[in-house]
Amino acid sequence: MKAGVVTFPGSNCDADVFHVLKNIFNIDTKMIWYKDKNIKGYDLIVLPGGFSYGDYLRSGAIARFAKVMDPIIDFAEKGGLVLGICNGFQILLESNLLPGAMKVNDNLKFVCKNTVLTVINNKTPFTNQCEKSAAIEMPVAHGEGNYYIDKEGLKELNENNQIILKYKNKKVNPNGSINNIAGICNKERNVFGLMPHPERCSEPLITPGKSDGYNIFSSIISFINKRGGKIAK
Amino acid sequence: MPNKPWLSEGLTEKEYEMIVDLLDRKPTTTELGIFGVMWSEHCSYKNSKLILKNLFTEGECVLQGPGENAGIIDIGDGQAISFKIESHNHPSAVEPFQGAATGVGGIIRDIFTMGARPIANLNSLRFGELNNDKVQYLFKGVVSGISSYGNSIGIPTVGGEVYFSSAYEGNPLVNVMSVGLLKKENIATATAKGEGNSVMVVGAATGRDGIKGASFASDELSEDSKEDRPAVQVGDPFMEKLLLEASLELINTNSLIGIQDMGAAGLTSSSAEMASRGNSGIEIDISKVPTREKNMTSYEIMLSESQERMLIIPKKGKEQVVKDIFNKWDLHAEVIGRVNDDGMLRIFNGEDKVAEISAKILADEAPEYRRETKLPEYIKNVNEINANDIKSEDYNNDLLDLLSSPTIASKKWVYEQYDYMVMTNTVVGPGSDAAVIRIKGKDKALALSTDSNGKYCYLNPRRGAAIAVAEAARNIVCSGGKPLAITDGLNFGNPMNPEIYWQFKNSVEGITKACKKLDTPVIGGNVSFYNESPKGAIYPTPIIGMVGLLDSLKDKTTMHFKNEGDLIYLIGKNVEELGGSEYLELKEGKVDGYVPQLDLNLEKRVQKTVREAIKENIINSAHDCSEGGVAVNLAESCFENNLGVNIKINKEISNKALLFGESQSRIIVSISKELASKLENIAVENCVPYGKIGVVEGTQFKFNNLIKLDVEEMKVKWETAIEKKL
Repeated sequence: MKAGVVTFPGSNCDADVFHVLKNIFNIDTKMIWYKDKNIKGYDLIVLPGGFSYGDYLRSGAIARFAKVMDPIIDFAEKGGLVLGICNGFQILLESNLLPGAMKVNDNLKFVCKNTVLTVINNKTPFTNQCEKSAAIEMPVAHGEGNYYIDKEGLKELNENNQIILKYKNKKVNPNGSINNIAGICNKERNVFGLMPHPERCSEPLITPGKSDGYNIFSSIISFINKRGGKIAK
Repeated sequence: MPNKPWLSEGLTEKEYEMIVDLLDRKPTTTELGIFGVMWSEHCSYKNSKLILKNLFTEGECVLQGPGENAGIIDIGDGQAISFKIESHNHPSAVEPFQGAATGVGGIIRDIFTMGARPIANLNSLRFGELNNDKVQYLFKGVVSGISSYGNSIGIPTVGGEVYFSSAYEGNPLVNVMSVGLLKKENIATATAKGEGNSVMVVGAATGRDGIKGASFASDELSEDSKEDRPAVQVGDPFMEKLLLEASLELINTNSLIGIQDMGAAGLTSSSAEMASRGNSGIEIDISKVPTREKNMTSYEIMLSESQERMLIIPKKGKEQVVKDIFNKWDLHAEVIGRVNDDGMLRIFNGEDKVAEISAKILADEAPEYRRETKLPEYIKNVNEINANDIKSEDYNNDLLDLLSSPTIASKKWVYEQYDYMVMTNTVVGPGSDAAVIRIKGKDKALALSTDSNGKYCYLNPRRGAAIAVAEAARNIVCSGGKPLAITDGLNFGNPMNPEIYWQFKNSVEGITKACKKLDTPVIGGNVSFYNESPKGAIYPTPIIGMVGLLDSLKDKTTMHFKNEGDLIYLIGKNVEELGGSEYLELKEGKVDGYVPQLDLNLEKRVQKTVREAIKENIINSAHDCSEGGVAVNLAESCFENNLGVNIKINKEISNKALLFGESQSRIIVSISKELASKLENIAVENCVPYGKIGVVEGTQFKFNNLIKLDVEEMKVKWETAIEKKL
């Protein structure tokens, strides 16, 4: 298995994801520069968190025009696994790989803390090692994580089981997102965007001390190992 | 030129005469502007240098002491840590968001110019009382400025402190500390050498912002200070992130002679200081400097403090390496001049020479003043405080009130706006005694803390400053680390006032004494004078930023009680002391009394005891006793795991001093019953007084027959106090 982590100008969780894939899971992992037009041989592409292009204009709005996005969209359309974390999720929305949009947090402040989530769908490449309906913990750190989608879109998300993660309830929802949504996938299940940071909770040593993020990465690896080299080569 | 043009540059008539004498002619407008910023307090330390020379700056671990962009210490395995604290008080007072944001940006640049990757930031903030709209505006603005810049650039803000007191009402303090990790062989310096070597400006283009910011910072704030808003720079964390990555990439290629951040006084100070350090000169053609605006004058280009810029001297023939790396990150990199060997800073605008001054005169020969000192009147009127002077009816209420006073209350509202986890090294984040940051690939970790109690320093600057060092070290020890070195952020009023200068001198003496005793040298820092508003000077506030090392992550210790049934010990001694306490101010509205005694020998032994106990892996929590006293500190240890305590202390002192007195050199630890005798033995071996004061049990907080409260109720008050005030 080979993973790639994209560095946009202003990405700041690229090294963190790289560390987890490379050093915790011993996966062959490469950094991908945002100007690269050719990406070949990957099984997983991660769009990491951060402030691509300073989040100027709107988070993710400029990054979607980076050269690397064309081959990534192509990769996704061919069934390659794409994981967008935080700013990466925002970029996936801006590039229409996922439906909906992101608004500023409802309290208008940046928020960094641990959150309790519920796994809504565990039959995906990204959550197959999680228990369904289990309460898991992952930290968030964002100023624009207030996910929004119109009524029809929401209905569609529900009907297709595209909602993968929700904040446990309204009280612990850190940003005011609609239906407490924290992470969604596309219909085909190969593109997943989430606001919480699994790479920040894959080792019990570091704050917040839980390691529920580990299961997200192990789900991906398990999926790819089972699938073998069938897609996106 | 207006009459007495030097006045508008912040220079005195005498200094102007000195300049004419040194140049042997009258300075040009640009030259006078250059002198104005270079000889400002901010750049030249002219009022503080002679005192600062006495600081304790040597130690085994010191690789780079004061004088560079930031100091560096050795942490073994070929690794080193660069760190420094810097103030951005004046800009934050007039434009809190940008003022604080660029404060973060400035200190980060100081760290990565040394060749270090910044891995953690801390901040030490002071505001007026929160019950006032203006203070709330400043508080929210500063926090959101720090949050915006630090989060965006991707460096975790892992700790710090916030105090609220009317003494800071018109003049908040914003001190930011940054800590970076580097390989010893990659240490970069800010030196210009080698005749004919190119001088390059890299990073952002130069604009008209922050012109003369250094001079602005060297004056008192007044009602008109808001007119100085153009002197506040505007930060672009995105640009700085690119600059950081490009600079570190460049330093790794071994292509540089020197690199320096353009901070205060921009191009002027960076070129003069780099040349002076290398005993060289520099010639610059300012028409080659990339600018954001047309028709900028040489005066403006030389004095602009536009952010996110660096001055670089590449090795001969390495100009293209610099350009390639910076172009990769979409940043400017332009050759704007060359190094010369005659020691002169020459500024050209195309063909026209607009300034020619010896770099040494600018950087090193600013006048040095030993200002007059005078024992302040108020010090003579400090009274001894007796427990009977404080009226109290109900200790339950007193404790709840203390827990919900903003200075003591949880700072969650603040730190949840900071990304304290990015880089995934944060082992212990904000809210404990010291933050603990792991070093990937090694078992060791850093412990980081900032400390200062302005009230203590007001009542007794020498002791107050020594306590700040001792407390910082205690925090490091409680977290499992060995204190290594400090950076000091010295915040004071107007040094021309002999009473203020007395505070300054005594504070530095206090720091020196404590640093020597605890073997924690000062490796760099910052002086901020003129922290005054029409209401008067701030409390003298020497902020100590300390870095310690955990030999192993096994030593990591937090302040939280962990197990029901654990015994609670107090290492150290309770003394009848209420002077300068939070309790006194809360109950009587007074800042008065004798500051708690500090016996540095005892302090050292107390720290040694706890450190040995941690190394033996026998204790489950350790928490420094500080503001609010034992009752508050015990409560803080209860909250994380919602555990109660039953405290029974045989009292030799008054109830008030026992509960809320702030005696120094005390640490509260919890330990399982079976191991308690081991702890007692360690304490006895170190000749340290100790007491078994209670046990972790239930969900109630019980203290003798004086206090009985539900931990949950206390926690809610403590956690929500700041939010409720806003």
